[in-house]
Amino acid sequence: MTHAVELKNITKRFGSTVANDKVDLYVDSGVIMSLLGENGSGKTTLMNMLAGIYFPDEGQIFVGGKEVSIRSPRDAYENGIGMIHQHFKLIDVFTAAENVALGINEGKYDLKKVAAGVKEISDKYGFGIDPDKKIYEMSVSEKQTVEIIKVLYRGANILILDEPTAVLTPQETEKLFGILKAMKADGKAIILITHKLNEVMAVSDVVAVLRKGQHIKTVRTEETNPQALTEMMVGRAVSLNIDRMEPKDPKPRLTVAGLTCRDSEGVTKLENVGFIAYSGEILGIAGIAGSGQKELLEAIAGLRPISSGSIIYTPEGKIPEELVGKTPMEIKEAGVALAFVPEDRLGMGLVGGMGMTENMMLRTWNKGRGIFVNRKEPEKVAEQVYEFLEVVTPSIDYPVRKLSGGNVQKVLVGREIASSPSVLMSAYAVRGLDINTSYIIYNLMEGQKSKGVAVIFVGEDLDVLLQLADRILVLCDGKVSGIVDARTTTKEEVGLLMTQVGGGKDAN
Amino acid sequence: MNFNLAGLIKAAVLNGTPLLFGTSGEILTEKSGNLNLGVEGLMFMGGAFGLAGAFWYDRAAGAGASGLVAVLIALLCSFLAGCAGSLIFSFLTISLRANQNVTGLALTIFGTGIGQFVGEQMRLKVGGNISISNALKGSFANPVLPKALQDIPFLGQVLFSYNGFVYLGIAMAIVMSVFLNRTRKGLYLKAVGESPSTADAAGINVTRYKYLATVIGGGISAIGGMVYTMTIAGTVWNHTALSGEGWVAVALVIFCLWKPLNALWGSVLFGGLMIMYLRVPISFIPSQIYKVVPYIVTAIVLVIVSLRQRKEDQPPQSLGLPYFREER
Repeated sequence: MTHAVELKNITKRFGSTVANDKVDLYVDSGVIMSLLGENGSGKTTLMNMLAGIYFPDEGQIFVGGKEVSIRSPRDAYENGIGMIHQHFKLIDVFTAAENVALGINEGKYDLKKVAAGVKEISDKYGFGIDPDKKIYEMSVSEKQTVEIIKVLYRGANILILDEPTAVLTPQETEKLFGILKAMKADGKAIILITHKLNEVMAVSDVVAVLRKGQHIKTVRTEETNPQALTEMMVGRAVSLNIDRMEPKDPKPRLTVAGLTCRDSEGVTKLENVGFIAYSGEILGIAGIAGSGQKELLEAIAGLRPISSGSIIYTPEGKIPEELVGKTPMEIKEAGVALAFVPEDRLGMGLVGGMGMTENMMLRTWNKGRGIFVNRKEPEKVAEQVYEFLEVVTPSIDYPVRKLSGGNVQKVLVGREIASSPSVLMSAYAVRGLDINTSYIIYNLMEGQKSKGVAVIFVGEDLDVLLQLADRILVLCDGKVSGIVDARTTTKEEVGLLMTQVGGGKDAN
Repeated sequence: MNFNLAGLIKAAVLNGTPLLFGTSGEILTEKSGNLNLGVEGLMFMGGAFGLAGAFWYDRAAGAGASGLVAVLIALLCSFLAGCAGSLIFSFLTISLRANQNVTGLALTIFGTGIGQFVGEQMRLKVGGNISISNALKGSFANPVLPKALQDIPFLGQVLFSYNGFVYLGIAMAIVMSVFLNRTRKGLYLKAVGESPSTADAAGINVTRYKYLATVIGGGISAIGGMVYTMTIAGTVWNHTALSGEGWVAVALVIFCLWKPLNALWGSVLFGGLMIMYLRVPISFIPSQIYKVVPYIVTAIVLVIVSLRQRKEDQPPQSLGLPYFREER
């Protein structure tokens, strides 16, 4: 039988690096295939060749049994291939319909007709998208839906989704999977790029594993398990367990009470937030993106003006002190460290054009003698981070912007840990990282915890939070909607708390 | 003080027309995500080449010269000069991905230099102030509408007493607005300026749109320089006459929030502000300070716009950024 799409002997090089090496792969209609691999294993590159973003150096692509040459995104569309990119390709100031109309040259230019078509697709699959709504007014999930509609409107039969769930809540993910299954029933071939093994198991029919640009194996989902997949991905046996210890000798380290913050426009971002972070404990923070996670960490770090409330910090064996009113520098000196990984990774905390040493210096720049900075110390720290965290870089003076995402994050988290803090706050530390690197970071957190550090961990992946954290604080719309015991709670309970304060029952 | 409102409005419109061309051209350019700071140079080139075209035609044709042909030649010469200038800019910034700010400034220096060269060369040739014959001059600067319309009290002065370039400019701005907001190509062009990677993924030829918008936009801007030289400066080449016009046009783009229809009244306002110091002198304000009013107004508008943060009023999102498909 002919396959919906088939890749034969595909090779792509960037300079001297081989991103894809002789890849053979096929997908059939009515099948959901997961494409699995570590960061830098060439998943996205491979799919970008189907989408017309890159052109393969060698090899052939067959669509429906016919050899095709895909030189541009337009060629991809004409062959019925549509890709939903990780970073949405949408124009913020356009409406949904205008975005869909982009690049469609057939017929008369008639936005009303496009809007009607969007409505029709939206109704067919139950998307609930208003064609005349501007993109910047939409939630992340809605934006993603527009991306899917865009592809469907062009009549794509082969859909590629690049890490679609990275930005969704558990409920939204469920909904997306429902949509994927509906499209599968409709006879579409779907390729799903993902890191999350539980999703692979939940939704896909077959799994293709890439490692270092090579296609390792394609297996049927029901004939495999997460452990086996991980080994295929990494190439050796890895432990997927986080050895969560009982917190030992927990003492209140950070006591937050009645914390309220407003942004410059007077919108309340945090409302009456209160909690205690204990030493030797990981406090997970969950919430839909933009529920106040970033604001909370910034408020504690002194980066954000506080309208009311108090933050009492109790260092080991010292008298408690109030952090509100202190400068970020004073708070840092006191031992409260913040490792924030923003969506673009480099936005906050690291300077892309500088090497590791100089980035380490950002923490110690005021320590030098007179007008000169001290380069020796940061260099030592950089060496340590480089060795201990196995950062892949040509040299510690190589600009961090050019490192892969995982390595950038290692540098960021490593620097904060190197300052031996007594409170370590990290947000999205594993954002976009593959499973192996993620576990290195998790184990780093765990290591800090065993040293008696109070770790505050803002995470996106609920499964991980449930495994890693001791307690989970759930934020909803800037309010604490509950603090639950991570050992006994369920994903559903946390998910519910994320969407409504109190989760319909009393929070403890 | 003899204050004449109709006269002031008329002067504002006449002075605003070069700006209208300069600004509209730059709006088209910026909609593609290219920030061409070389408008000043383009307007100089347009002024010099437009004048040169008409001047040499006048000399060649002698007494039989036709006004309409002279106008068309001037239009074409200035437009092509602007296209050539912005083609250099496009090649450097789109194909070679040079920094747009630096390239734009270089184009300003280059364009003013070329303009001066051509203008001064003509002057030396003639030995004195160059100018075209009075018969031809009229076809550039004289009102084009029927006398009956012009004779309507006040309105005739304010609406119907202008040279052809004023109406051409208004028509051009309206056409451009329709193009940007009502056509498929316009939608694509805006998409390219907002997010080239999105446009690219949708199958739109980003490079072609950027080139065409920048080159045509540059040509339109250059027409503004020609209009200034041929109407306000009375077809006489004066090496400082055009100074600053291009920069005001760039400021006006921001003032107009990248909308050609706003440029219609914005250019009249700025044209008025630029000559206010002559027409409505205020004794205690030195004219040098009076002349910077357009820039102050632009700064205030910028502050207001950024405070309001309306998405639709922001510059094209990828303005000034180079696009390279395979960059990660």
